[in-house]
Amino acid sequence: MNDKLRKLTGKALFLPIFCMILVLCINVVYDIAQGNRFYDFFVISIQNGVLYGRLITVLNRGSEVAILAIGMTLVVSASAGTDISVGSVMSLRASLCCMLIAGFGVTSVASSADFACPMLLGILAGILMGGVCGAFNGTLVAYLNIQPMVATLILYTAARSIGLLLCNDMIVYIRTDAYGLLGSGSIGVVPTPIIVALVCVVVASLILKKTAMGMYIQSVGINKKASRIAGLNSKRIIFMCYVICGLFAGIAGIIASSRITSADSNNIGLNYEMDAILAVALGGNSLAGGKFNLVGSIIGAYTIQAITTTMYAMGVSTSQAPVFKAIVIIIIVAIQSPVVKAWFSKRASHKEKEAVKA
Amino acid sequence: MLALAMVASLAACSSSSSSSSDTTAAETEAATTAAEDGSEEATEAADETEAADSTASDGELITVGFAQVGHESDWRTASTQSCQDVFCEENGYELVFVDCDQDSAAQLDAVRNFIEQDVDYIIIDPIVSTGWDTVLTECEEAGIPVIVIDRTIDDSDNYTAWVGSDFTAEGYAAGEWLNAYAEAKGIEISGILVIEGTTGSSTQLGRTEGFEEIAENYGWTILDSQDGDFTEAGGQEVMESYCQSYSGQFNVVVCQNDNEAFGAMTAMDAAGISYGVDGDVILISFDACTAGLEYVQAGSINADFECNPLAAPFVAEIIEALEAGEEVESTVYMTEHWYVAEEDVLTTITVNGEEQELTYVTDEIIEEQY
Repeated sequence: MNDKLRKLTGKALFLPIFCMILVLCINVVYDIAQGNRFYDFFVISIQNGVLYGRLITVLNRGSEVAILAIGMTLVVSASAGTDISVGSVMSLRASLCCMLIAGFGVTSVASSADFACPMLLGILAGILMGGVCGAFNGTLVAYLNIQPMVATLILYTAARSIGLLLCNDMIVYIRTDAYGLLGSGSIGVVPTPIIVALVCVVVASLILKKTAMGMYIQSVGINKKASRIAGLNSKRIIFMCYVICGLFAGIAGIIASSRITSADSNNIGLNYEMDAILAVALGGNSLAGGKFNLVGSIIGAYTIQAITTTMYAMGVSTSQAPVFKAIVIIIIVAIQSPVVKAWFSKRASHKEKEAVKA
Repeated sequence: MLALAMVASLAACSSSSSSSSDTTAAETEAATTAAEDGSEEATEAADETEAADSTASDGELITVGFAQVGHESDWRTASTQSCQDVFCEENGYELVFVDCDQDSAAQLDAVRNFIEQDVDYIIIDPIVSTGWDTVLTECEEAGIPVIVIDRTIDDSDNYTAWVGSDFTAEGYAAGEWLNAYAEAKGIEISGILVIEGTTGSSTQLGRTEGFEEIAENYGWTILDSQDGDFTEAGGQEVMESYCQSYSGQFNVVVCQNDNEAFGAMTAMDAAGISYGVDGDVILISFDACTAGLEYVQAGSINADFECNPLAAPFVAEIIEALEAGEEVESTVYMTEHWYVAEEDVLTTITVNGEEQELTYVTDEIIEEQY
């Protein structure tokens, strides 16, 4: 029994999952305190033919950060640095896509007949734009050896403004159901963002698991020089990680823009880079690079959204919500810190010794 | 000649560095005079070198410096456009426009630059409401009248006039309209949900205060009031949560701007709640931008309370009065309209004993709106 427990707690994913459950438990406690049914947070129903409920909201709203977290995990692992431009790149992608669809200088399109270019083309151009931004970051980091934080700071500052230029300083509205499909539509009973996120996660993990890509990235992250001597093209691998991160930022940008069927360059993806980095950290990954755990990052992303949704559910005034969010995050990060981990394993081995003695 | 111009610009530069740092009053005064001298010399130099090109140094043009907040919304763009249209050369003005992009430090710098350029009037739309005392004193010492528009300055009254919207009055009007509308339609208000604007902004404070006061008078229940940050995504997320928390308990949703209302509509669509003229929920919004009015006309938003962005004509009036040496009012409220989706239900509402007109939205109105 004790052995099994120790095996369980020793698993890499134990702490991220534990933290997720901890956050969900807050809701149970709150619901009981409010005199609601204790499982109110977890009720899932079907509304308008689509799954509906708080848990679905967590999965749905968490999609963007989850998608960003995939790219961020790879970037962190390979280059021991973070890509802080992803939020701005999301916004740039949305602006480019909406500008192409609506035509430059047009602020509102209400039917697909008025599209300046086919919607699919706009969306693809947008994702490609994400890739281009990623390539830009990748070149600076991998080939020019600029520190990741500094290199990505350029697009962090510039991308949003470029987006504003593209949109002629306006919010561009694409008010059609087709454009809204990715963000607020559904496929079958499942909201589309959940499916998009799922596809991204599955594709990414398949590539990482079935090819040597995952191993290469970790190897470069652990020791760039040794990997190069062993025959890996370290620079190209780092470059590729940034491109992938940019592409995923592009996809997250579509969802965010499609949710509001418009390109609001000032607000799309605002502060998302911080959530994505936090997701990677909550997933038990070291920001110093090297070994990574993709599933951990994804769980981390949904944990962050679970905290946000919990705040809304509890009706915490939005001006105070960041304080509560910070408290929860401090607890989670503290639980995962090496010191606490070491203390737990020490206690476990101590108990074991006592058991042996007895 | 070139050397003279360079000396003049050098003088201006050195005075700028001393006036922006912490100096005593005497030093500041000296610096200001130096700056004035410098600019005079510069003007002279320019006059002599390029006598043919006269627009910049033409004494007849009134120079106006405008430190704008940024370009974050359609409303803001309309405000900027309004200033650029009114303060053009044809109207006898030269506009020095600075977009401060939400950076309050940059805005202070912009105002100090205006002082150095010795503009005739300064217009500020303050990004933050505090920290203005020093720079406004500098303006006063330089003898430049300051006109504040839209947002307010709380820690100083060292400016000539403020032009803007009465947000509390907008809140009152929304409340009184809701009461009159519900009475006319025979609807009983079961519960009200509010999606507020960015916490702490004067818009949010005024609209909340006005509406809550009316709600208290009529004994309405405000179930919840959360921050949607004036954005569509924010409004959508708050409304999604409301739909789950207060399912079936509300029939009024108040959004403190149009973008939040757009988000709330998507969220209610997803939750299967009908809203607007033929729906179960009465949807009230503020700002009345073009996109908002289109939804009012379509009947999705029941009423939209305007926040007029076109402050420039009012500012121009003040400047003309000052030029003529007249006294001006220190607070000027702009005229605003209350737009409604239904023509035949109500035509006027009574707010604090004063009868106010409601405007039915037509194609022409949408055409003319910013």
